[in-house]
Amino acid sequence: MTWLIIPIIILVILTIGSAIYAVVTKNLLYAVVSTGLISLGLSLFFFILQAPDVALTEAAIGVALTTIIFIITIRNTTQYEDEPKKEKNMKGELSND
Amino acid sequence: MIKKVLIFIFIGIIGFYLVDIFSQIPFGEKRDNVGDFYLEQSVQTLKVANSVTGIVVNFRGFDTLGEVTVLFLAALGLSSIMYRRKKQGEKEVRAKKPSSRILQVGAQIIFPMVVVLGAYVFIHGHLTPGGGFQGGAIIATASLLMLITYRKFKVNHNTVSWIESIAGVVFVSVGMVGLLKGMAFLENFLDVGELNSLLSGGIIGIIYVAVGFKVAAELTGVIDTVLLNNRPDNNNENN
Repeated sequence: MTWLIIPIIILVILTIGSAIYAVVTKNLLYAVVSTGLISLGLSLFFFILQAPDVALTEAAIGVALTTIIFIITIRNTTQYEDEPKKEKNMKGELSND
Repeated sequence: MIKKVLIFIFIGIIGFYLVDIFSQIPFGEKRDNVGDFYLEQSVQTLKVANSVTGIVVNFRGFDTLGEVTVLFLAALGLSSIMYRRKKQGEKEVRAKKPSSRILQVGAQIIFPMVVVLGAYVFIHGHLTPGGGFQGGAIIATASLLMLITYRKFKVNHNTVSWIESIAGVVFVSVGMVGLLKGMAFLENFLDVGELNSLLSGGIIGIIYVAVGFKVAAELTGVIDTVLLNNRPDNNNENN
């Protein structure tokens, strides 16, 4: 089972890296997407650690539903931290998607 | 300065008690506790292949009822804050441009598959990993896909609330039948059947189908409320 350690290390780096990026970045949309990446990594971890029930929940709720609800929230507020003036421009652009 | 010192003192207190508690729990040692009993009983007495489901729905069925209630209350609170009736002559604007052709065709192909997968997950909750909550969340994801792809896709709130109510009533009344038969609330009263067959596990199948419908309806309602009441029109009124 030693070969299994390599994807696990990659997953650890991906999960922790996206967690740090979510805190550091000023663009809230990127922060939300990287939060979804954390959930994806976590659900793979749950699957590797033999908890497929929890992995299913994490994949459905953490990756899809929470991310989408945050994206809807961002669409109606601001996309950047500390920059309330950009609000109108971003709204016009974001309402297209 | 005083604030920071206070914060550090509080963190120190919490950390001290956490370390104190966790150091008393032996890590990695075999303990003969309630877990072995559940693992044994869920296979031998209940004939449930997925012992997680056996614990969640049967041994801890009352906790599951509590979880369903919490989810219901959360959805109710969100709707009561955000739901707004359409004014006369007001158009629903979800997005200004229709979504791309690729997304539309892809969503048409994927949507039934995802719904079938969700139904499979909660019908086979006692055989394979997953269950009512997971299956319901998967179905809600499918309706989310349709809601963000098609501007004309609508969710009927009456239907959603009827499905939700009926599923909740089925859950509680299955539990009450156990009481009427002189057993505990949510205790199994049906024939348990054979291990690894679809009709095994007694009341687990009924409860998980009800939970699946309930969770799917609730989450779909939540997404629909959030999506439709946060349209660009709404914001311009507020500005």
